[in-house]
Formats: sequence, structure tokens, C-alpha cells
Amino acid sequence: MPNVTTLNVNGKKLRVDVDSQTPLLYVLRDYLNLTGTKYGCGEARCGACTVLVEGQSMRSCVTPVGRVSDKQITTIEGMEQDGKLHPLQEAFLKADALQCGYCTSGMIMAAAALLKKNAKPSRDEIVKHMDANVCRCGTYPRIVKAIEIASGTAKEVAE
Amino acid sequence: MNEHDLELEQERYELFAGPTYNFNFNRRQFLKAFSGGIALIVPVSNLLAQDQGESGRRSNERIPDDIGAWIHIDEKGTVSVFTGKVEIGQNIRTSLTQAVAEELHVPLDTIRVVMADTDLTPFDLGTFGSLTTPRMAPQLRKAAAAARETLIALAAEQWKVEPASVRIVNARFVNHDASKSLTLAEVAKGQKLVKTIPADVATTAAKDWTVAGTPVAKVDGRDFVTGKHQYTTDLRREGMLYGRIVRPSALDAKLMSSDTKAAEAIPGVTVVRDGDFIGVVAPNRETAIHAEKAIAVHWQAPGQPGNDELFAYLKKNAEAGRARPVGSVADGMAAADKKLSQTYNIAYIAHAPLEPRAAVAEWNDGKLTVWTGTQRPFGVREELAEAFHIPQEKIRVIVPDTGSGYGGKHTGECAIEAARLARASGKPVKLVWTREEEFNWAYFRPAGVIEVNSGVKNDGTVTAWEYHNYNSGGSGIQVKYDFANQDIQFHNSKSPLRQGSYRGLAATANHFAREVHMDELAQLVNMDPVQFRLKNIKDARLKAVLEAAADKFGWSRKKTEGRGRGIACGFEKGSYIAAAAEVSVDAKTGRVKIERVVESFECGAIVNQLHLHNQVEGAVVQAIGGAMFESIQFKNGQILNGKFSQYRLPRFSDTPAIEIVLLDRKDLPSAGAGETPIVGLAPAVANAIFDLTAKRIRSMPLTG
Repeated sequence: MPNVTTLNVNGKKLRVDVDSQTPLLYVLRDYLNLTGTKYGCGEARCGACTVLVEGQSMRSCVTPVGRVSDKQITTIEGMEQDGKLHPLQEAFLKADALQCGYCTSGMIMAAAALLKKNAKPSRDEIVKHMDANVCRCGTYPRIVKAIEIASGTAKEVAE
Repeated sequence: MNEHDLELEQERYELFAGPTYNFNFNRRQFLKAFSGGIALIVPVSNLLAQDQGESGRRSNERIPDDIGAWIHIDEKGTVSVFTGKVEIGQNIRTSLTQAVAEELHVPLDTIRVVMADTDLTPFDLGTFGSLTTPRMAPQLRKAAAAARETLIALAAEQWKVEPASVRIVNARFVNHDASKSLTLAEVAKGQKLVKTIPADVATTAAKDWTVAGTPVAKVDGRDFVTGKHQYTTDLRREGMLYGRIVRPSALDAKLMSSDTKAAEAIPGVTVVRDGDFIGVVAPNRETAIHAEKAIAVHWQAPGQPGNDELFAYLKKNAEAGRARPVGSVADGMAAADKKLSQTYNIAYIAHAPLEPRAAVAEWNDGKLTVWTGTQRPFGVREELAEAFHIPQEKIRVIVPDTGSGYGGKHTGECAIEAARLARASGKPVKLVWTREEEFNWAYFRPAGVIEVNSGVKNDGTVTAWEYHNYNSGGSGIQVKYDFANQDIQFHNSKSPLRQGSYRGLAATANHFAREVHMDELAQLVNMDPVQFRLKNIKDARLKAVLEAAADKFGWSRKKTEGRGRGIACGFEKGSYIAAAAEVSVDAKTGRVKIERVVESFECGAIVNQLHLHNQVEGAVVQAIGGAMFESIQFKNGQILNGKFSQYRLPRFSDTPAIEIVLLDRKDLPSAGAGETPIVGLAPAVANAIFDLTAKRIRSMPLTG
């Protein structure tokens, strides 16, 4: 397969020149300097590398870049618009839904994919959708709360 | 008392390998970093000792050689706090900012906390042992209070008024009728003033806190939710190469032969050989992996014990313990109505921090700079000095706020590997350990065997407590119960795997064995587990957390049909904890589900209830792993489940309803809270499983 020479990331067409088999994660991080997307396990088991491809969540660590070269890719860096945080980013701050923050990008992107297809998810739907994302610091209850805040289903604001 | 007297817990195995510590932030380095303005120095002796009653030194006297932390107000009015502590998600960047803001009477956003940079921040032993809040924060408070008084005196001098008539309001100095005001910058301008803080500076009592004691949000939270924060793994240097290491086939394997020719032939690749060490660097990650795979190696590994024989091995290789008996266990046994002997097993588990070990190393004119995620920047600097035979002054270690550690990032192997590759290639090198390397080449929480022999009277009084912990460690081994006759011993053993510190150290193992055993004794004398514990408690703080958890849980209410309930309590590192759990068991699969957890926690005066709540809740979630399913499987020096597809971590769906009760004791000094909240969950769950199924589980994980 020929090299991939352009990628659509966060609404911009960016030039690269990489082997089409290279995982999207490393193209973003090493070639485009979009380091908000993280490596955690390399086998799609922790979700730290989650990005949106055409609005759907995708594990960039196991996605060959050649498969998404003509798709719209959104990373955490594309969530803030004109200096205004995405409602999920606001909600994560409000719910204090992080400790070390290393999983946060992947959590926000996975949550964004959920809210795109289900604007008002139930708590069970949130847990089911987010279950493939790992927070080793254990902030799961706060992340659930953050997603509920962002979707307007939160019963009360987190402490 | 000096830093050398600080006794390290026995199970910090990874720390005993290295040389002793020393202090290196001296007068010369301080003066290099101090350009002008006003500086307040905290001597190390202050950080370690309680108040010594020593009166304050005057300004601009000799700068001490044992600087532990310092606060700087520059001529632009920026307040900088310099501490060797590390931010790994425990939110001390926020809590230390709160402490300084409170005493200095300036807004939080005027303060910058400079952490863990060996060229800029004073020596610090490391960020572990829950010591930042009880040791560092009070001293930074004192420094900030002394800075405030110094600044007020300078403002008063300018106005030729009494210092008592000057106040700081919103980072401005105002005179008695607010007719005159000065900014911090205006007061600090033209000054070059250095003071050592006196030991007896008055600071604000917890009951009068207005900044601390409030739920301040993470000070740089926005950088984390936007992906802007640069962890070590995200850093990039001009001309940087990517490194990979060729790993041995097993622990203690010896390199028999290797062929690196094919790798060396790949354009841009440098192969680095040094004894058994083989690494490669390349202009990009893909080429580095390609080169690593092109190297043919033959290793020979000795036969080593596997986990099927682990517990027998730990017992067989155990050393004699140090007996420090209280009363007489023999007398206590003679007085007992019933006796119980049980053994509890604890598996090795992995820290699995989501950001793996990583380092970026760069050599410039014989000076080495390493960015790395470690809890011990100064320890890593020392390891680097030893590895490369260069003085520590030629090494700078910088720790970006790190993707967690849990006690797992105390050592510098990744930093040394990156520096070795960088030196050989003459370029900056980034090395990020893979998840598999994390599992195979870091260290684990020690496995252990714990034996308990006890005696109890029919009224619930525990009369004898003989306790032997083999290998897992001595933290939390002492009882807070009022047992008249005790013989508690820790026994070192030989570990088949590399082992070391883990959040809470052995307090988790010791609380598991003790609190499950207490539950067994309660059952033996037909007493309610809460009443049985209360019968043996005199300590008012332990009683308070136990009752708080039982109350919130509804222990006195009727049990829910089909659910089991269990409780546990304890004390470690200055704080008290109790946990109550409710479980169900799937009738078909036998799978245990934790339905609900109530945890009460008391660590003195609460500095930030938001982050404390987060920390306690997170510890409960992390504890589910070690309690329910985390266990390292190994054989012949190979880890058999060293990746996330094989090693189960707690996930969203494992998380029960969690209720946290925080007891705020404004009359008591604040203790650290990063570790102790992890110790109560496992025994509470084991006891709840027994309550439901009558099956007693004496191993961690409970499924193991």
C-alpha cells in the first residue's frame, strides 16, 4: 500500500508521509504532535488512545492509518472551540472526574461518541459504553457523573 | 533528627538497593536560582522535626545548606513555591497552593508551584508515605506566613507606619484607611532579601482556614481536559530519536549470544551494546521497533519458582522475625475460651499506572538532563550519577506532572536506559516502556503469607494475638485494638519476583488478615462483627470511624434478602478508616458482585474535601482489583499475564455504589490521605461473602 500523505484531523487537512500500516495513535502523536491522545496498552484494552472517526469512537493504537486516511478524525485537541470548552470538558472539571488525568482524553472522546448516538443515556448505558476505558486512579463514579452533567441527566451536581 | 534518621518501612525493597541519600540544594545552587526579590527558606530540619522552639534568624544571615523548600516573591510580584515533591494525581499541587495562598493572603492564581526539578527545587527524599500533607504543607504555610510578615514590614517601612496597621487585601497591601496601596511587585521591587523561616512562626489554625478546608478545584485542571498537559511521554526535543530495548527472555536470564548486524544495516539505526544491555535508537518509533526485532538473541534463564509454589517458597525461605511481645501470648491463650489459627495468602499485584515508565534524555557538554515520571527525582539523579560515573551536579532530573505511580515509580531504570541510548547516539532519546515491559521489568507489590494464632473469651475479649507476616511487609502490622497479649512479627523472605512499594504498602495485606480473622473470632463467639470490634477498641478515633461507617451503612437495620454484608476497620499513616460492603452472588455462575460500599475516613483537619473525597473513592475502586481479581501469574522468571488483555483491572462495571463519610477533625493536624483508604475494602468484602455464603476466603484476591 502507498504511504498516507494527508489526514483530516480536527477539521484541518494535514500533510504527513507515513506507512499506511502505522497505527493512527503514533501518526497523531509523533508526526502531528497531537499528544493529547495517549498510549496505554497497545491492544485496545484501556481506551487511553480513543479518538473519533466520523463521530464514532475508535482505538487509535490498533487502527492502521491507511484505514482512516479519507475520514474525519477528531482528537481531544479538537474539542475546545474558539477558546470555549466542550460541555464534556466542562463537566469533567465540574465533577472533578480525574486524578492523574492520563485517561481523561480517552474518556472524554469515548463519552463524546456515546452522546452523539444517545443524547440522554441512562446510567447503565453509560457504564456499558464506557466499560472498555480504564481509569487506574478509580474515578469511575465521577466520570459517570460528568457524563450525566454534560447530557443534562445529572440529578445533582457532584460534590 | 536528619533525613538519614527517617526510618523506611521494611517492604520498600526497591529503595534499599541504592546508596544513601544526601542533600544537594546548597547555598551555591540557591543563589544561582535566586535572582532578586524576597525568598523564604525552609530548612530540612524543619521538615523532619517538630517545632524545636528555636527563635527566628534575622534577615540575610547565612543561608543554610539544608534547604528543604522555599518561597520566592520576585520583583514582578509572582509568588513561586519550590518543592521537590511530585504531582502524580494526588492533587498536592492544588493543596500546597491552598496552604500558601491562605497564609500569604493572595489569590490562588497568583501562585506558581515549581515541583520536582533537581536544578530548581531542594532535595526531597521522594513523594511517598503520605508525607506531603503532614510534613511539607505545614512548613510551606510557615514560609508563606513569614513572607507575609516580611512584606508587610517592608510596606510599612515605605509608608513609615506601624506594620500592625498594614493589611493584605486581594494581593495588595493597604494602609489603615485604605488610602494607600501597593502591589506585591511594588513591595518586592529592588529587594534582595533572604530569610530562613523561624521554627515558631504562627500559622492559621484549621478552624480559621478560609482557603484550605474548602473544595478548591484542581488548579491546572483545564490543561488535562484539553490534552494540553505534557506528560513525559508527550515531550519532544530537537533531533530526538526513539529508543527500544531488547529484553531478556526471563528474569535473571544471561545473554549467551546475539547478532545485531541486520539491525545495524537499517538506515538511521544505532545499536547500543553494553554488557547484557542491548538497545536501539532510530529517527522514528516504527524503525526502532523494526531494528529491535531484527536482532537475534539467545538467552539462558535459570529455573525459578512459579506461583503454584509461591506461598510454600516464602515460608521456606523466611528469616526469623524480631519479637517485641506485649504481655504474654501463652498466658493469653491459657485465659481464652476459644482459640483460632488461620493462614492468609496475598498475591503479587502490579501497579499498572496508565502512563508507563518513560524518559527523555539529553546530553549537552557532559551535562545530562532527563525528563521522567518518577516519585523520586533526587533518587533517580543519584542512580544516574552512579550509572554514568558523573557527579550529581552534572545531572538534572525534571518530573512533569505524571500519569500516576501508586508507589510503582520509585526507581530510575527507564531514565538510565534512555540516558545510555542518548549518550551512545549523541542525540536526545525518548524511551517509553511498553505495557508488557511495565509488567515484566518493573516491580510488584510483595506477595505474602500471614499466620494468626489467637485466643478469645466468650464475652468477645481477645486475650492473645500472635501474628507472623512472611514477606509482604510490616506496614499496618501493629494493632489499634486493645489486645493485652501480643506477639507480632514480620519475617523477611526471598522473593521469586522483583518487589517493592505499593500504595499503602503491606497495610492492605495486614488489614486483610487481621480484619478477616477478627470476623472469624466474632463468629466463633457468636457476636455481631461491629459489636465484637467495639468490645476490643479503646481508641476513640478508631471507634468513631467504625461507628460512622456502620451508621451510614445501616448496620443495625434488617439485612437485605440475598445480600451479604461485612465490615473492617483500621489505622495507618496517621489516618483512620472503616469500610462496610454489601455483596451478592450470582446463583448460576457463582460470581461475586460488590453492590455497595460505605467507607468512613478520618485524617485530621481536611485540607480539600473535594480532592479528599475523590482520593478515598478512587482508593476504594483501585482496591477492588487487589481484592477480587488482580494476581500476577508467573513461572520460571516469566510473567504469564503481563498485558491488559490478560491482567484484569477494575472497570466501570465493577464499581459499586460508593458512599464516603469524611470526618473532619479541625482540632487535629492533617495527615496524608493517598494510601490508607485502600486498606479496608478487601476484608470488608471477604467478610460479606462469608455472611452470605458461609464460605470463608483467606486469600487476596478472593477468587485466587
